[in-house]
Formats: sequence, structure tokens, C-alpha cells
Amino acid sequence: MDRASTTPGLVEWLPLPATGDNVLRFTGDWTLPHFAALEAQLNRLKPQLPERPDVDFNAIGRIDTAGAGLIAVALGPKCLQYLAAHDRDVPRELRALLDTVSEAVAEIYAQRPPPRRNFGFVDMLADVGASISRVEALGVKLLAFIGLTLETLARGAWRPKRWRVTSLVAHMEQTGLDAVPIVALLSFLIGAVIAFLGATALQRYGATVFTVDLVSYAFLRELGVLLTAIILAGRTASAFTAQIGSMKIGEEVDAMRTMGLDPVELLVLPRVLALMIVTPLLAFLATLAGVVGGALVCWFALNITPSMFISVFQTDTPLHYLWLGLAKAPIFAFLIAVIGCHEGFKVAGSAQSVGERTTSSVVQSIFLVIVVDALAAMFFMEMKW
Amino acid sequence: MVNASPARDTVVEVRGLRSQFGAQVVHENLDLDVYRGEILGVVGGSGSGKSVLLRAILGLRRPAAGSVTLFGENLHDLPPDRRVAIESRCGVLFQNGALFSSLTVSENVRVPLMEHTDLSLADALRVAALKIALADLAPEVRHKYPSELSGGMKKRAALARALALDPEIVFLDEPTSGLDPIAAAAFDQLIRTLRDALGLTVFMITHDLDSLHAICDRVAVIAHKRVVVADTLDKVQRFDDPWVREYFQGPRGRAAGSVRALQ
Repeated sequence: MDRASTTPGLVEWLPLPATGDNVLRFTGDWTLPHFAALEAQLNRLKPQLPERPDVDFNAIGRIDTAGAGLIAVALGPKCLQYLAAHDRDVPRELRALLDTVSEAVAEIYAQRPPPRRNFGFVDMLADVGASISRVEALGVKLLAFIGLTLETLARGAWRPKRWRVTSLVAHMEQTGLDAVPIVALLSFLIGAVIAFLGATALQRYGATVFTVDLVSYAFLRELGVLLTAIILAGRTASAFTAQIGSMKIGEEVDAMRTMGLDPVELLVLPRVLALMIVTPLLAFLATLAGVVGGALVCWFALNITPSMFISVFQTDTPLHYLWLGLAKAPIFAFLIAVIGCHEGFKVAGSAQSVGERTTSSVVQSIFLVIVVDALAAMFFMEMKW
Repeated sequence: MVNASPARDTVVEVRGLRSQFGAQVVHENLDLDVYRGEILGVVGGSGSGKSVLLRAILGLRRPAAGSVTLFGENLHDLPPDRRVAIESRCGVLFQNGALFSSLTVSENVRVPLMEHTDLSLADALRVAALKIALADLAPEVRHKYPSELSGGMKKRAALARALALDPEIVFLDEPTSGLDPIAAAAFDQLIRTLRDALGLTVFMITHDLDSLHAICDRVAVIAHKRVVVADTLDKVQRFDDPWVREYFQGPRGRAAGSVRALQ
């Protein structure tokens, strides 16, 4: 039975040869493929019909709910009720179908169309206002969540029994150890790029040896930790959001609460602490890889040998630059982990929501990391550190 | 009720099916027929592979051995366009609804309508509204997203989508679980009305003994990795197998049966 090869249904308002009374005669297939044509026929006939026409379904072919719906609308509820009660000519199955469909149709006609959205200027202003107040609410909620996390941490810190060491180590592996290759490789490449830039700019003044300083200052103070934080924001914040979000959808978080377990203690603390422990280590690694990348470019492009690179590095670069850079790492880690977890808890309902929250957590954490880094750079400069 | 006559039109034919996950065999040498116009109830214990059987019939799982044909065709052998043609003759209600979470209920029902028919958007909207009303959902539900619906409402919305194209066969995976008894009875009634009027074939996995009593023409019992019996409910109840006896003669089975007998 192919859907396309059916005969389109037909409806006629004809006098019966026997009595001369008009009867509404249905023939052919009243199915979905002919929907538009069938409706047009019924609409053409409708003005001529009395309130309760006689009907003849004896020659009708196939019929489905779409066709039955059209017939039910055209005949109206009164006629259908009469048919159900009296007309023995209509097969029982068809009457049941028309009955069921007419109830459904009545509901459709009973309700108003949904309000249409306008896309006018005022709506645009309202949208702008709404998103600004959303940002404000988001900030307040995030601060509240940070407070909750710190409170839970403070309460749990005195009770070693409640420390989730297994979970902590597992997260350290996932967020730290597994991220080593990507962090090292990207930092190495950026180190090489910075060295090339320095070489090109400084060559004009014959000061190519200062490329060493450029690379070391940049990586020790800023880039080592910043690159790490941005990679972790993309890699780990999104993972935290998706993990907690899907647990939320599966009602796992609710299950924890009903069992008297604290989701913040179980889910958030291990993630936050793990990331705070591994990020300084990764940042150190990134700094190392970036400097090595710069050193290689210096060697091959500028003929600064590694031993010369190291001696310039030792004399020119103060050690506290490294501490300044690494000091930012736990702060970035805390922000990334807390945002990732917070967005995870905001997931509601559907897979769509997980996607939206994940995007939001990556955007927020990269934004905050860069803002905090800029503030820190200004602060360090004012302090002449 | 439909009588068992030898020359009946077979819509689904499963022969010697074996399904396995790694070393774990779920079905071994399973045979099952679904005839046109019947309501077949499929029962079995938890983990007996009812949903796996459904996935095998729908071509979502390739059988490890044996054959599955749907409308006389093996879905895995068909070119993509023929396969789509067969699939558009089936409606499926998955256990958890499987509604598209990024679309509203009305859009969910419209997906098959827009993909497989030439309806205009306005007509598709009205056909979708009709199906949603048929599934006994209030009109305002049409513009809601699945995440805003209760479990029972999701189920009915999924039924509306399964019925969108007026399929020849619908596969229902535990359709009445999560519905209150009144809604479950209305659901049974709707399925029966559609079967009587449209000649719909229904393959229904269920644990609802009331549904089995109320609307199923035949009941297939999956146990010991195969269909041990597929016959009218009366004969199945009298079938000599410990699991089958426990299922129908246990306290719950007896209660559902005696209610039917009283009516």
C-alpha cells in the first residue's frame, strides 16, 4: 500500500434517486495526502448544507484521523451526535472514530490562538533591560554559590572523615594529568610565536638578544598561567557543567539530597580543590614549555645558543616574576571550577539546557579569568612588583 | 475479537532472532508474528529483552542471527529511500517519549508531517493540533517544551507524534506506565477506537495487566530468551510454564482478571 497511489476523496451533495432528498455522499480515500483538496471541497459545499444533512458513507474508501477531523469540523457536533445515536447506516467503527475526533476538534475550536510576539523597538528595549537584569542576578547568584562552597569547605575541613579523597584524586587526574599534553603543546607553540614576534621587532634595533627577556617576562608573569587558565576553562569548566547537569536531569542530585548527602560537599568541593591543586602545577609546566619554545626559536632563528639563553635568562629575569604568575593560578582555578559547577546546577529539564549552560560556563569563566588577570596586572604594576 | 485464521496478513515477522551484547545473549531463536489489524501485547520480566526486541524490529539493532521483516522487507537490506518509505508507515512511542527537547509539542508532532507529506504549514499546524487533542492533551500544552511536561503528558505528546502520519502499525513501549488509571483507560480506549476504525496494527509492550485484559487480541510472553507463547489471553493464562503462571496467577494478575470477569 503506497501512500501516493490512492484515489482522492470526493464529497457530493446530491439528490437520492429514490426519494429526491439531498444526501451528502462521501467516496474515495479521506487520508492525509489529500488533506488540502478535501478541505477545499468541504468548504465549497458548506454554505449549501442544512444544520443536519443526511450522510452516506457507504462508498467511502480509506479514512484516517486527519480526514475524519475534516468531516467532523464540516458536519458540526450536533450532526455527529445525531449520527452516533441514530444513523444505523454508518458502520460502528466509523461512528466511534468520528465521535473521538469530534471531541478533539471541539477542544481545538474552544481555545484562543497563542499571543503573537511583536518584534518592535519597545520589545528590543525590554529585551536589553531583561538581559541586563539577568546579568545582575547571575552575579548575585554566583557570589552566593561561592559563599556556599566556602562555607561547606570550612565546615568539612575539620572533619577528615568527610574528605572525599578518592573523588579528589580522580578529578586531579582528569583535570590535571590528562591536560598535560595539550597545555604543554599549546604553550610551547605560543612561546615560539612570541619569540618570532620579538625577533622581527627587535632586529631593526639590533637588540635581538632581548627576545630572551620578552619570552621569559611574558611567560613567567602572564602567559604561562593565562594560557593554562583559558585551556582549563574550555576543557574543565565545560566538563564540570555537563557532568553535574546530566546528573541533575537524571534526578541524581535530588536523590543525594533525599539521602541526606550534600551535593556541594560531594560534587563541588572535590572538583574545586582538585583544580586548585593541579592548576599551579600545570601553569608551571606551561611556563616551562613556553620558555623552551622561545629558546628553540632563539637558537635556530637568532643563533642564540641554549647556554647563552640560560645565562641571559638568569641575569635578567627576577625569580619573583614566577611567583607573581603562579600566585594567580589557584584564583583562576577556583573561579573556573566554581562557575563550571554553578552552571551545572542551573541545568533544568532537557539536553538542550545542558548545552546552553555549558556554553555559558565556558564564556563566563574565560571572561572572568581575563578580567581578573587584567586587574592583577594593573595592581602588580602599581605596586612596582 | 479477531479470530486466528491461517491466511492472515503478517506485518512483522521475526524468525530465529538472536540478540546479544558481547557474551550476554538476550534472545535465542525467537519467533514472533504480528498480524494486520491486531493489538498484540508483549509481556516479560524486567530485563527479558522486550525493548531490545522492539529495537530489532525497528531496524535500530542488527540481529546477531535470524531475520526480522517489516511489511515483508528486511530493513537492513533496503536502500535508504525504500527504508524511509517503510519507516514512515510505522509510529513509535518510546518508553520515555523521546520527544525532541528543543522543539515544542506542536513542533514535535509536525516533524513527521512536514518531512513526509506535502501539507502547507497552516494545514500541518491544524493536523498536529488534532493529533494532540486526540491524545487527550489540553490545547495550551501545544506550545510547551518537553522539559515543562509531566511524565504522563510527555507520553501522550509522544503518542500524538507517533500517530502523526496515521501509520499502519504503531509500536508502543510501556504506553500506560506513569499514567493514572483514568488516563490509562482512556488511552486503551483511544488505541482500540483507532484500531477498529483505521485497521491500525498495534505492537504494545506493557506491564499493565488491565491493558492486556481490556484491549489486547493476543499476548506474547517473552521468557527464557524466546517467545514461549503467543495466543489469546485466555489460552496464555492457562499455558503451562512456571513464569507465565506466576505472572497471571499472582495476586496482581488475579486482581486484574477478576475485575474484568465482573464487568
